[in-house]
Amino acid sequence: MRPLRLKAIAVKEALQILRDPISLVIALLMPFMQMILLGYGINLDVRNLPTCVFDREASQDSQALLKHFQASPYFRIVETPSTYRDVIRALDGGACRLAIVIPPDFSQRIADSGGSAVQALTDASDDNTANIAIGYAQAVVGAYAAEATAGAAARAGLSTGPLQPVAVQSRVWFNEDLESRNFIIPGVVALVMALVGAQLASLTVSREWERGTMELLVSTPVTPMELMLGKLAPYFLVGLLDAAFCLCFAVFWFKVPFRGDLLVLFLTTSLFLVVVLGIGYLISVAIRSQLGASQIGLLVTMLPTVLLSGMAFPIDQMPKAVQLVCTFVPARYYIAILKAVFLKGSGLLELWRPVAALLAYAAVIGFFAARAFKKRLE
Amino acid sequence: MTSVAVAAEGLTKRFGDFVAVDGIDFTVAAGEIVGFLGPNGAGKSTTIRMLCGLLRPSAGRGLVAGIDVAADPEAVRQHIGYMSQKFSLYNDLTVIENLRFFGGIYQVPRASLPERLAFAISMAGLEGREERLVSTLAGGWKQRLALGCAILHRPPILFLDEPTSGVDPQSRRRFWDLIHSLAADGVAVLVSTHYMDEAEYCDRVALINRGKLIDMASPAEFKRTNLGGELFLVECRPLGAAIARLQDTPHLLDVAAFGNSLHVLVEDSAYDSESLTALLRQGGVEVSLAHTIAPSVEDVFVRMIGRTGGPH
Repeated sequence: MRPLRLKAIAVKEALQILRDPISLVIALLMPFMQMILLGYGINLDVRNLPTCVFDREASQDSQALLKHFQASPYFRIVETPSTYRDVIRALDGGACRLAIVIPPDFSQRIADSGGSAVQALTDASDDNTANIAIGYAQAVVGAYAAEATAGAAARAGLSTGPLQPVAVQSRVWFNEDLESRNFIIPGVVALVMALVGAQLASLTVSREWERGTMELLVSTPVTPMELMLGKLAPYFLVGLLDAAFCLCFAVFWFKVPFRGDLLVLFLTTSLFLVVVLGIGYLISVAIRSQLGASQIGLLVTMLPTVLLSGMAFPIDQMPKAVQLVCTFVPARYYIAILKAVFLKGSGLLELWRPVAALLAYAAVIGFFAARAFKKRLE
Repeated sequence: MTSVAVAAEGLTKRFGDFVAVDGIDFTVAAGEIVGFLGPNGAGKSTTIRMLCGLLRPSAGRGLVAGIDVAADPEAVRQHIGYMSQKFSLYNDLTVIENLRFFGGIYQVPRASLPERLAFAISMAGLEGREERLVSTLAGGWKQRLALGCAILHRPPILFLDEPTSGVDPQSRRRFWDLIHSLAADGVAVLVSTHYMDEAEYCDRVALINRGKLIDMASPAEFKRTNLGGELFLVECRPLGAAIARLQDTPHLLDVAAFGNSLHVLVEDSAYDSESLTALLRQGGVEVSLAHTIAPSVEDVFVRMIGRTGGPH
């Protein structure tokens, strides 16, 4: 390992990044775009659900219930149709995702049983949202019923005590502070790191082949190890800068709480960067066109990181076979670490399992990457 | 023989069934310029690439600076400078950035780097263009910069693969002056070219065709021994009728059009200018000039390639 050569390669590579529009876009613009798109795009919360209300009674009571719906952050009343046909048209046309139908004898039912029968029609083409919406709707109606019954009891001079009328508690999806974002954003940070790292590194060797500069480089005494380390050093720095940017974006823009240690975050991020840069470098050595290499780089990082890393979909709820596949996705360990560092403030000791997994990954990929490049033209 | 810088011994390269280089033997001495001549696909580049350690020989061996290239290509690389057929410097870096890069790669010591950089820049005539992006340089500048990068570490052996292709005549001339001054300092130069006039600048030329070394000699010797006849320059018209008339004539070896005149090769003393002119006039050809000329390497080359079979 000669320092003069390492430096020469690193400087050259850095200059090329600065002068290559594609690399600059990947290094600077992609993290920003990904954070914005995925930070806002992947959202499992149900809020402002377009709702229509068909009030068949139009009484004081039914209007009071409506006010409860209006006050809820989960629903946004977009229409108040006056026939069933209009309700169905609104649902079919997608103008609303949930329709509440208040029966003509609503007040009577409340007075009689303290319970209420309100019909809720949902568009279950997205069953997740439909389930959550039904849960929230039941909660709203339940809260209203409780209030109404209590009011009636008070008027009747009865002591209400802890009496709770029918209140449906099946709020499986209820999220206390309504922030699925807090769980998603750390995953997005990992996705950005994986994409940027693998994409940038996938260009580095294929660029030399594509531009014909490899022939001369191979004729020099540079060793494959020097070439790899020199080439990846600037990308490692870019990766750390992007990581810092994503962290600030997550904490200051998306207000994700950061309870952990910056040093732990830095160490684990460095480890993950070694893994993704190594993957990108391996692809770059194997594929001699920049376009081909970056496409494959995208494929092997994007899909597993989004689907199989626990970023949005919990791994322990997947079928056993898929869980086994997930074991081989390096991003899952980094995401587990990020979530724990962000939300739980975990330290290295508590995180030894995923950290050890990443270490193993870095060692294996580093081993192959260092041997992948052969200084021959054949 | 310590002065032998490069030696090829039965050097062979096969790509599948195709024999690109077929048992070539030659040597290049220190301070000598050897020119590789041959049509495209003759095996010139493949031979150079094997000697640089870029391709592994299928048989035979190449000794560069006394080291077997196949056994220890890395050891060879410290001793050589290489200019590939295709321009392969970094177009997105400036002149000085390219030079610094190769200075680092060849581990030119920090103390002597400024002096070497200055030498390479002045040699290539790139003063004042240090900060220009290489992509904005014209062909001749690029070639000289590539040479500058190749000699930054003062290698005793230079491999130049068609260094002047696509470069204007003036720049080519200047480039050859540089090669001569390097050879004068003791650098062994192996250079391939398809410009026949450049062969005259070499100490020895090696004619390669279909992977085989046909002949290797000084340009003068090469012309003397290989032509096998007397060469006439004939200015006449129409050329087509003249060629038709001369073909299949006894004692006449070869006819080739050179611009708007003919080069006619005849057996020694078979014809003189008058008899040749008379022969053509019989065929209704108008002859304005006919006299013997000294053959160029190109004349010999065309003749020998014709004799040993055209390109693959």
